[in-house]
Amino acid sequence: MSHLPILQVIIPLLAAPLCIVFNNRRIAWFVALCATWASFGVSLLIAQQVLQSGALSYDIGGWPAPWGIDYYVDSLNAFVLLIVTGISALALPYANRSVEQEIDPRSQPYFYSLLLVCLAGLLGISITGDAFNMYVFLELSSLSSYALIGMGPRRRALTAAYQYLVMGTIGATFILIGIGLLYSLTGSLNIQDISYQLHANNIIGSGNRTLLTAFAFITVGLSLKLALFPLHLWLPNAYTYAPSVITIFLASTATKVAIYMLLRFCYCVVGSESIFQLTLGQIVLLPSLAAIIVSSVVAIFQYDIKRMLAYSSIAQIGYITLGLSMSNHSGLSAAILHMFNHALMKGLLFMTMGAVSYSVGSVYLTDFRGLGRRMPFTMGAFIVGGLSLMGIPMTAGFVSKWMLVQAAIELGWWDVVILILIGSLLAVIYIWRVVETAYFNPLLELEEEEIGEAPLSLLIPMWLMVIANIYFGINSAIPVEFAQQAATLLLGGM
Amino acid sequence: MESVVDIVLLSFLCITVVAIVYIRKLFCAIMLLGIFSLLSASLFVTMDAVDVAFTEAAVGTGISSILLLSALALTHTREQRPPHQPYIALLVVVVTGAVLIYGTMDLPRFGDPNSPIHRHVAVRYIADSPHEVGPPNIVTSVLASYRGYDTLGETVVIFTAGIALVGLLGFRRRQEFKVRLYQPMDKKTSYAENSTEDGDEFEDNIKLPGANHMVLRIVGKMFIPLILLFALYVQFHGDYGPGGGFQAGVIFASGIILYALIFDVETAMRVITPKGLRLLAVAGVFIYGGVGLVCMFLGGNFLDYNVLSAHPLHGQHLGIFLIELGVGINVFAIMVIMFYTFANRKRGSV
Repeated sequence: MSHLPILQVIIPLLAAPLCIVFNNRRIAWFVALCATWASFGVSLLIAQQVLQSGALSYDIGGWPAPWGIDYYVDSLNAFVLLIVTGISALALPYANRSVEQEIDPRSQPYFYSLLLVCLAGLLGISITGDAFNMYVFLELSSLSSYALIGMGPRRRALTAAYQYLVMGTIGATFILIGIGLLYSLTGSLNIQDISYQLHANNIIGSGNRTLLTAFAFITVGLSLKLALFPLHLWLPNAYTYAPSVITIFLASTATKVAIYMLLRFCYCVVGSESIFQLTLGQIVLLPSLAAIIVSSVVAIFQYDIKRMLAYSSIAQIGYITLGLSMSNHSGLSAAILHMFNHALMKGLLFMTMGAVSYSVGSVYLTDFRGLGRRMPFTMGAFIVGGLSLMGIPMTAGFVSKWMLVQAAIELGWWDVVILILIGSLLAVIYIWRVVETAYFNPLLELEEEEIGEAPLSLLIPMWLMVIANIYFGINSAIPVEFAQQAATLLLGGM
Repeated sequence: MESVVDIVLLSFLCITVVAIVYIRKLFCAIMLLGIFSLLSASLFVTMDAVDVAFTEAAVGTGISSILLLSALALTHTREQRPPHQPYIALLVVVVTGAVLIYGTMDLPRFGDPNSPIHRHVAVRYIADSPHEVGPPNIVTSVLASYRGYDTLGETVVIFTAGIALVGLLGFRRRQEFKVRLYQPMDKKTSYAENSTEDGDEFEDNIKLPGANHMVLRIVGKMFIPLILLFALYVQFHGDYGPGGGFQAGVIFASGIILYALIFDVETAMRVITPKGLRLLAVAGVFIYGGVGLVCMFLGGNFLDYNVLSAHPLHGQHLGIFLIELGVGINVFAIMVIMFYTFANRKRGSV
């Protein structure tokens, strides 16, 4: 099947308009479900082919690479594609009931259409080998995610979406400026070709100021998109007020795709030997550590649990960029693996939030009283997700954190090792607050109204995620293999 | 001589920007934004980028002013004073500007024939596109064929903007929805009171201008057919000169919107119904994507128009014609949908 790479993106892209043809929310949901499952299937096939026979490429329009746009899949982006499609394949069955409750029925076809556009955008960013095409799909995914967040059930969702829109647009514009400057230096938009031209014309070695500026803009723009510590201000509100399904989807995929872009630009464009990674490492190191400590502390003081998990996401992104800043093989593998594991655990935790909000109507800490007995499956899943977040052995979170600690030890960064452990302890505190309230705080006498377990269509995807969290904690061979191959590829150049 | 023109245009541009930042009357700000677009379009013309200039003029000056004005009809016309002095923002802007200037220091000189942008991919576009793709307008060849996939992406961006707006604003606002749910409908008075609290005092602003202006009506009657005709010309002439689906769609939409503004939104909606527009928007994306899929079924890659006909050049011609049509239909439908959504915010749903 030579058409696999393009099918990956055009299935959700062309299914999106189909959702609003009939103006019926059930049909729209079904179309979206089929499209996400199909694209998950495609990404599995792509991953299998990439592992077996190396990188795939596809010339769109039949035009060869620097003249036309090509899709290029290697083990790094095959892995990202798997994360994105896997999460959306689980989020869509979950969406049916959750969206039914949270969103005006007449808006629902538009909601699913936007969700598919967002998915197609994220996949398009991950799969393309062309820098400008990346920007076009970044626009698609950003625009649709602003709208999706704004459709949240509470009125403040609109403010949150607007805040994200302003920050996100600045980020995207910076990325575009960077790509434009790269184009003016090389005359090419193809990522591999840009890299080749930069080396062949000795632009990298000569300390070109335009190149430096291009990278400064791309790095800052992407840091905004991936919510690196001081540029994370849009994230807590966006995740808190978005519809449950959107929080699940964006928290596990959107930031990961931005990190992927950063990896692609920093390693594949300038090559591995240059000074850029070293500088980038130094620049990213401090914000990453600050993210881990400060955001975890802030998370402890949150009463809206969705917001607490949003702060925890910023901390977890800190772990990923920390691995990235080490610029060595083990650090990069840990970062790439943590992208996958963080998607698993945050996807799971936000799924439990969606279930609680479905049954209880709110996710304030006080609403969790007695939920241990009333929603045993949901809270059980929350505990597994929490353990994974802390990095307890036998869960997915442990594997990547362990690799990260090993990488830090390898470099002799003992202070960083201690900070990583402190971060995990802080995670224990904020997860424990919820567990304590759910299991050990008795219900008040007055609150005897019936709150039951969430419906099965929410529980099944949730427990599939639980199984994934435990399975990839025990048998992590496949993701580790992917992460290590990807790290080798990044360090060896393309 | 050209540098004089550049300097004059650029200084006008700077003055306009400063004025936009300073002015608190949103109506004036929108007009100034239109002028800003027109000035940038003129700058693009001096750089010989007529296609870009045309798009900027049609989109920036034309349609976005109208959309901003219809959004303005729903809110206050005066910007509120920010609660704090935005010094940090100023600092960020100054630093960004300084970095940008620093970045231009090693940039190849503008128009230098030896700079990389003129010596790499552009060489093939200029030399080979007439017998590889066909259209005399190379910009069309690049946009529609070499980089046709980006254009598909942009078409979906327009589509997304439209459905995002309908999804967010198209239906009765949340507050009213709640009132419906929780209050019995026979209490009509309380329903009305509730909705006034929500800002209905701006009801007067919603009346679109032009309802009683004889001059506007007569001039409009004369111009609207010409505008529509010009849009069709732009649509089908994109191969030979500046133009194409994007601009044509925008111009066609402005003809319809102009009618709605001068005469009546209700009549316009009866002729061009919201439902029909929704289907047209979908159809536009499907025509574009469908051409790509047909290419795949005929044995080529996605959007490889060569396989559409026995002769590759004919295939390219047919492919470009169809996708431009798809873009035009989609852009037209989405622009009118956006206008309806704003104009209709208080009346019903799309």
